[in-house]
Amino acid sequence: MKKSMLRTKNLVFEYIRRDEEGNVEDILRALDDVSLEVQKGEFVAILGHNGSGKSTVAKHINALLSPTEGAVFVNDMDTQDEEHLWDIRKSAGMVFQNPDNQIIATVVEEDVAFGPENVGVPTEEIWRRVEESLTAVGMTAYRTHSPNKLSGGQKQRVAIAGIMAMRPDCIILDEPTAMLDPVGRKEVMKTVHELNKIEGVTILLITHYMDEVIDADRVIVMDEGKIVMQGTPRQIFSQVDKLKGYRLDVPQVTELAYELKKQGVPMPDGILTVEEFTAAYTAVKAKYGQGSV
Amino acid sequence: METTRDLQECMVLDHVNYVYGEGTAYEKHALRDINLVIGKGEFIGLIGHTGSGKSTLVQHLNGLIAPTSGHIYYRGNDICAAGFNKKELRSKVGLVFQYPEHQLFETTVVKDVAFGPKNMGLPQLEIDMGTFAALKEAGVSEELYDASPFELSGGQKRRVAIAGVLAMQPDILILDEPTAGLDPRGRDEILDRIAQIHAEGNRTIILVSHSMEDVAKYASRLIVMKEGSVFCDGTPKEVFEAYKDLEKIGLAAPQVTYLSEALRQAGVALPHNATTLEEAKELLLADWKGGIR
Amino acid sequence: MIRDITIGQYYPVDSPIHRLDPRVKLAGTMLFLVSLFAFSGYLGYVIAAVFVGIVIKISKVPFRYIVRGLKPVLILLLFTLLFNVFLTREGKELFSWGIIHIYDQGLIIAGLMAVRLILLVIGTSLMTFTTTPNQLTDGLEKGLRGLKKIKVPVHEIAMMMSIALRFIPILIEETDKIMKAQQARGADFESGKLLQRAKALVPLLVPLVVSAFRRANDLALAMEARCYHGGDGRTKMKPLKYKKRDAVAYLILFGYVGLVIGSGFLF
Repeated sequence: MKKSMLRTKNLVFEYIRRDEEGNVEDILRALDDVSLEVQKGEFVAILGHNGSGKSTVAKHINALLSPTEGAVFVNDMDTQDEEHLWDIRKSAGMVFQNPDNQIIATVVEEDVAFGPENVGVPTEEIWRRVEESLTAVGMTAYRTHSPNKLSGGQKQRVAIAGIMAMRPDCIILDEPTAMLDPVGRKEVMKTVHELNKIEGVTILLITHYMDEVIDADRVIVMDEGKIVMQGTPRQIFSQVDKLKGYRLDVPQVTELAYELKKQGVPMPDGILTVEEFTAAYTAVKAKYGQGSV
Repeated sequence: METTRDLQECMVLDHVNYVYGEGTAYEKHALRDINLVIGKGEFIGLIGHTGSGKSTLVQHLNGLIAPTSGHIYYRGNDICAAGFNKKELRSKVGLVFQYPEHQLFETTVVKDVAFGPKNMGLPQLEIDMGTFAALKEAGVSEELYDASPFELSGGQKRRVAIAGVLAMQPDILILDEPTAGLDPRGRDEILDRIAQIHAEGNRTIILVSHSMEDVAKYASRLIVMKEGSVFCDGTPKEVFEAYKDLEKIGLAAPQVTYLSEALRQAGVALPHNATTLEEAKELLLADWKGGIR
Repeated sequence: MIRDITIGQYYPVDSPIHRLDPRVKLAGTMLFLVSLFAFSGYLGYVIAAVFVGIVIKISKVPFRYIVRGLKPVLILLLFTLLFNVFLTREGKELFSWGIIHIYDQGLIIAGLMAVRLILLVIGTSLMTFTTTPNQLTDGLEKGLRGLKKIKVPVHEIAMMMSIALRFIPILIEETDKIMKAQQARGADFESGKLLQRAKALVPLLVPLVVSAFRRANDLALAMEARCYHGGDGRTKMKPLKYKKRDAVAYLILFGYVGLVIGSGFLF
């Protein structure tokens, strides 16, 4: 049976800017009536351009921000309920964009232990969890290294291990690859998918890289603080013009198929990979053409 | 714009090596025997992994790092020779670092952009003219001129930082990953702006990038670095034709190149592989029209 | 280059010194520092130097690496040296020119002072080379926990120190980067009069402070997200427990201190 992991209900968040005397100068609505739900075990991606409000949603789920209106639930616990604060942060861990600014300790294993230490896990149990988490992200060989000497992708995997050590049900990743090179991005995405498939961790990935959401179960597109599109990657990427209107992009093959269709080649919508394109093109050619196929 | 390879107009690297920490445990051969001629007016894409020597190489070009052996000539003069005016070189070879917005410091946009020309010791009139021309060239809108750089959005800040380098009127503009951290639209806007600076400003461009799609679209020459050496050097077509070699060093061609290859394997008779979306579209439309009943 | 500063950095090897309880090393460093100013007579110098030499040898930290850490204090060293050479008016005059008079005692005192300072810096840096900042702060936190009773926020101070140590290398690298970026815009950090040089630091300091605040903000969020809420109810991955070797180390330390102080009376 499907069970709800995360839920936001008509979430509104406003930044209030005040002048020097404390009078309200400006109210900025960063989130406007956002209602979304993520089931246990799902891999959901939130897409949106910089400033679309996607990171603000993430901070609400971790109770780092408190809603102006509406409510947020993690494992059916209200994030505004002070009593559950630590339980919420334990079950919904968060990985941030800058790998340098979330590693606290100067030795990899000590950093992974930071979370469990905070919630009072006994020493032997901490060691067990550190071992398991480092294995899950493939960083065991670096356990006694200094984080400063690691690559961006490795640092980000250490950060993920630090969250895993809290035994979360869900990990929220806020643009985890934005500051990484292609190799680092691949490393991190591979790790995240493995955690989802092997460890059964629910994933909420926030990004603006299209290629990272192709393998998600579901994609949510945000613009100006609102949810504007929702569906499977294929449904979302079928709407090339709409996505571009939201300052987003589609994979090259998706765009190419779309452009060909505009020129009268009857390509299907929502092509996501090279293989799909090749199959579709040879198929339409066989049907309508007499060329080489 | 015109390109010339007349050596008196070019930047020439002759057997350049750079070793740091020589004789210690940290010794690293960051550049190995680099020989290059950078023609006036070229648009070069510089690619390679993190740590392949790209950043070290571009810092040699404006004299921030001196080679441990070999020579670098700018318009026929050895830039390492005693008495060579390094300050002037730095204005002629403008270098925009990664995340350049992190170095903004002045109280207004105009003042910040004027920092470079002021350091050059130019008369006030020239400083002002250079500053406003650069702001225009970098696409900073006028109402932002007197704003504090810290209040701008990410994309605007980056333009201001680029303007700060353009204000010194460089012949060669080097940009180290100018699109890092921007969303897709922001990325396209900056790249289009750079293409315009190249076409209209009569400047040589060196674009350091991790995105094969971007360099394929904008550059007319690609230099691929591997472990401090030049791995290959040619037009995007030549470089991506040998995509199997690129894969060996962990890089890849644009997705449309793989698509062309897959289509040919499936029997679609494309005359050659595409490197850009536009090109793929033309090739496929030609194929479609040629093959239709 | 600015990145060559090794002082305050951990040197990751496994040695008996590395394995000692941080409280032993903290107390040892304190005792050593006190001992440096407690002895009189040349023998004290020899004993202190030999002691440091042996500890370096056991710690497996390369001597060259330690010497590199001395570079930043070179100016301070030179200053004290000159101060002593020119201002001491005792013993035989060796050299005189205008207002400058150099006496043999001045040279001796300056030399001895330099040795003391070098030993002092090596002694403290040995502690940081062999103790991770986390161990160090754990040691401080536990060693000073008595102060909690008089409302000294021992845990918070320890946490602040460990974070500072983690971010020092990052900020140094960042300084290097910003400096280069401003140099690429024609900034000149190397020449000019003092006032001009101080002015040239503004384009460096503003971005650096902005970045430090941004990092601090990010880090605070990341720590909160990982359930950090001060020292209450916290457990440790590596709790401090004295072992037999720590007792031995204490004995050796006291032996050393006794020897150094005693050496003054012996000769």
